[in-house]
Amino acid sequence: MRSVSVDLNNDSSLLIDIPDALCERDKVKFTVHTKTTLNSFQKPEFSVPRQHEDFIWLHDTLVETEEYAGLIIPPAPPKPDFEGPREKMHKLGEGESTMTKEEYAKMKQELEAEYLAVFKKTVQVHEIFLQRLSSHPVFSKDRNFQIFLEYDQDLSVRRKNAKEFFGGFFKNMVKSADEVLISGIKDVDEFFEQEKTFLLDYFSKIKDATAKAEKMTRSHKNVADDYIHISATVILHTGVPRKVEGRVASDQELKLTELLRYYMRDIQAAKDLLYRRARALADYENSNKALDKARLKSKDIPQAEENQRQCLQKFDKLSESGKQELTSFKGRRVVAFRKNLIEMAELEIKHAKVRIKSAVCSEHNLFTHN
Amino acid sequence: MKMAASSERSPPPFPESEEQELEPDLEDEDSDEGADIFTGGMLSDVVMDPPLPTSASEPAKDIFSDAPADSFNDPLNKTSAEPEKTESTGLSKAQVVSLVDKAADDEDLFSDPLGESAAAPVTDTKSAPLLDLGEEPPKSDVTEKTASAAVKEDVSAEVHKASQNDVVSKPQKDIFEEPLKGTVKEPATDVFSEPTGGAAAVNKPARADLFGDDDEEDLFKEPLGAVTKKPQVPLFTEEPNDIFTEAKAGSKAPSDLFTEETFTAPSAAAAAKPSVNTGSKTNGLHSDEEDLFAEATVELSLDSPHNDKRKREAAKPSVPASTLSSSASTSKPQPKTLEELEEEENEDKFDLNISVTNPEKVGDGMNAYMAYKVSTQTTLSMFRSKQFVVRRRFSDFLGLYEKLSEKHAQNGYIVPPPPEKSILGMTKVKVGKEDPSSAEFVERRRAALERYLQRVVCHPSLLQDPDVREFLEKEELPRAVGTQALSGAGFLKMINKATDAVSKMTIKMNESDVWFEEKLQEVESEDQQLRKLHAMVDSLVIHRKELSMNTAMFAKSVAMLGSSEDNTALSRALSQLAEVEDRIEQLHQDQASNDFFIFAELLADYIRLLGAVRACFDQRMKAWQRWQDAQNMLQKKRETEAKLLWANKPDKLQQAKDEIVEWEAKVSQYERDFERVSATVRKEVIRYEKEKTRDFKKQIIRYLESLLQSQQQLIKYWEAFLPEAKAIA
Repeated sequence: MRSVSVDLNNDSSLLIDIPDALCERDKVKFTVHTKTTLNSFQKPEFSVPRQHEDFIWLHDTLVETEEYAGLIIPPAPPKPDFEGPREKMHKLGEGESTMTKEEYAKMKQELEAEYLAVFKKTVQVHEIFLQRLSSHPVFSKDRNFQIFLEYDQDLSVRRKNAKEFFGGFFKNMVKSADEVLISGIKDVDEFFEQEKTFLLDYFSKIKDATAKAEKMTRSHKNVADDYIHISATVILHTGVPRKVEGRVASDQELKLTELLRYYMRDIQAAKDLLYRRARALADYENSNKALDKARLKSKDIPQAEENQRQCLQKFDKLSESGKQELTSFKGRRVVAFRKNLIEMAELEIKHAKVRIKSAVCSEHNLFTHN
Repeated sequence: MKMAASSERSPPPFPESEEQELEPDLEDEDSDEGADIFTGGMLSDVVMDPPLPTSASEPAKDIFSDAPADSFNDPLNKTSAEPEKTESTGLSKAQVVSLVDKAADDEDLFSDPLGESAAAPVTDTKSAPLLDLGEEPPKSDVTEKTASAAVKEDVSAEVHKASQNDVVSKPQKDIFEEPLKGTVKEPATDVFSEPTGGAAAVNKPARADLFGDDDEEDLFKEPLGAVTKKPQVPLFTEEPNDIFTEAKAGSKAPSDLFTEETFTAPSAAAAAKPSVNTGSKTNGLHSDEEDLFAEATVELSLDSPHNDKRKREAAKPSVPASTLSSSASTSKPQPKTLEELEEEENEDKFDLNISVTNPEKVGDGMNAYMAYKVSTQTTLSMFRSKQFVVRRRFSDFLGLYEKLSEKHAQNGYIVPPPPEKSILGMTKVKVGKEDPSSAEFVERRRAALERYLQRVVCHPSLLQDPDVREFLEKEELPRAVGTQALSGAGFLKMINKATDAVSKMTIKMNESDVWFEEKLQEVESEDQQLRKLHAMVDSLVIHRKELSMNTAMFAKSVAMLGSSEDNTALSRALSQLAEVEDRIEQLHQDQASNDFFIFAELLADYIRLLGAVRACFDQRMKAWQRWQDAQNMLQKKRETEAKLLWANKPDKLQQAKDEIVEWEAKVSQYERDFERVSATVRKEVIRYEKEKTRDFKKQIIRYLESLLQSQQQLIKYWEAFLPEAKAIA
């Protein structure tokens, strides 16, 4: 299950993992453990406590660093969200009186398992974010990244205040409007033009698929929940050991969900990549526009020329690295898909087999029991 | 929720899941006891029994020590009779067994200070038939082999009897004489009412032979009983008769009975023409027993119940309505039902095969209705042919239920209810939209109707009902009326139900029988649970349908994704995935309909059936109430009599006395009614439970199999997909 979404070239010079995490009320504290042979670090091995906000900070600083514009910046991990299972747990507590003891225990167990799965997943996405940074030739040398890994005190990064939050929101709006605007402009480079149309198309498709898959897993989960209830009641009613059935079903659903989400996570990453790409394009377009403007006004021409030259340089650089990044992204995507699909198919088979076994088992029980 | 958790490297301990699975298992077995009470009880009874015969055999052995000691030992040790043995030994053995049983029974009854406590005899009488039951299988071995010679055997039995009689009668005397001195006459008659039961059973198989059903193996179980029971009849007739007539004046009834037995039994044995009348006469003599056996007998002689009824009236006075006899009769159904159930299970195999097929819309507009083809396949001789088909509409099914429940519900029978009317569903069908939901509705109803009919004919006494036969056989049925959900009759019914509910609340029955109390509670909680379960299964069905829909959507978007993927291998894999998901969607859909048709419908059926079970408990309560009311009335009448006596008004006194007599008769009548209803209810509930277990087991297995299949399919799909995924380069 490890590193499902990305196939990382395991460069042993910098190894990062999150062996442990602690959930406190709203915060999740991850223990980031690093093992390195790079001499830019003071020690070969160390671990620091980090919160989700620290990850976001790291991501934001990377995004804001201009040199990285031509690079695909790994997507920031999503905010840990335990509301789902938590709410369910709450509901379960409320409904305790309406359920049998067995049923309640079963539900609780199931919810705990679900919670655990969500938790694990959260830890994993954070880990992957760091691993991707560490495996990238440029990002691994980033100062902020190294600080993030090494500084053994609380980073105490400033949380975004309301103004900034709205500012970010506004920026996003502008960006998406900009995206719409620039999407009509034809790219000079055919590779990028192709990539652009492909990614745009792909993005919409994958977004759709993600939504559908999530819906599917949700309803799968509903079915699993029903099974729990039914099995609990059936046991009570006839003494027929059908619980195995329900248990396995729900277990399977959980695994499937996990996997599918993971697989969607990967798609999410691809989506973000597209985002980066689109942004890069926007930047490039903007610089071009600025140059045109300057020429038109025939004012500050040297400055504009200088600007244009810079922009062109930047764009060339960006294009080049972008090309590289996108190609590697393509390969990575294919590899990830392959891996995920295989794993999913295998898991499906495994679980179906387990279910068959349990069905046979309960059938056998039935024959001997009644 | 504070939860310290860690990543996969140090996963929080969650190992209880395995153990938890085990724990409930143990509990399950405990809880199951309720359902299995019966078999459990039977086993323990049988196990408990052996001491009785052995103790009883001691005196017998001493006396017999010279000649047939061998044949005595054998049955006592319960070694199954070997088929190689000669007919006569097999027979004498059977004879002896029943004799010893009887002796044991008798001795118990007598030595126990004569049922001062009604409970003791109850257990004794119970154990006796059970013992018979337990011993039947080995004996059947003998007769199955010699089945065709059954008649001959009977004849030889008579010869044999003659020789045995002298010997056997001696111990009989010994056993009887001593205890009889200190006995009242009632217990004696009771003891002999048992043999009567046996004799009634004798008649039945005899007639079975007559009816030419001898190709059925199951029926030979009966002749068996006949063989075992017959011998004892002549034995009793000759010797005990004398004893009894000497001992008491009131023993006329039993002696009458036995002399009659002597006539019928040999005649039956000789396979001459045992007239139905003699048979029913003997049955009629003991009304209490008759009810129990009527069940079995009616199958063969349909008009005998009517005969019996008349005879019963005549016979009643001769049977002292003692507490002992009543308790004996109430306790009896239990072992009897066991026997019956066994019979029934065997019968089911060849009995009747009913299917409801070809739903067809007849007419147009709001007057349209659905007609179903009801086809019957049977080997039962009560039907005119072996195969017949009729067309019935839904209201005919309801009409059948109305008729049946009118006739049988008040006697405490569980009348299987038909599926409810569904105005919405039917309207849809009527409007004539050929959408899947109305097709599903029709199919659902068809299946429900089929199950309903099968339940009806499974019931041994409902099957005998002329209305059932008419329903299955008759070409044209008079249009059933009063089945409209909101018609005038329906409205009246609703009012009746409401008053019933009110009276149910007001009647406070101090339950004397723990069994009923427990069962009623069980039924109520079962009802609740089934309802809950049904709701859950419903939501499961809904969720699964949702899942199937979502899977379909996912499949579509995956296909789209595949089409825009630029890596060819991945693109192909994705479109493959889309296909797989598409198939899975179909799988989910099928599973959803399986959930529904196998599981949800079963639950719905049983929720309805539980209603009927509760109704039969209510009927028992009503009978009880009637009895109590009559008792109160009698009390009042007696008080008036006392008052009149005090006031010295002779003119009204006579009238009051008459009234007392009248009410006394009513009280005893109602009491008997109540006891009869109780017995029926008990039997019915046991039957219901057995049926339920069987049904659930069958359906759950079916359901599991369907799950199994879909999972196997799933594996196939994914396994086919796996190489595709691996092919992505």
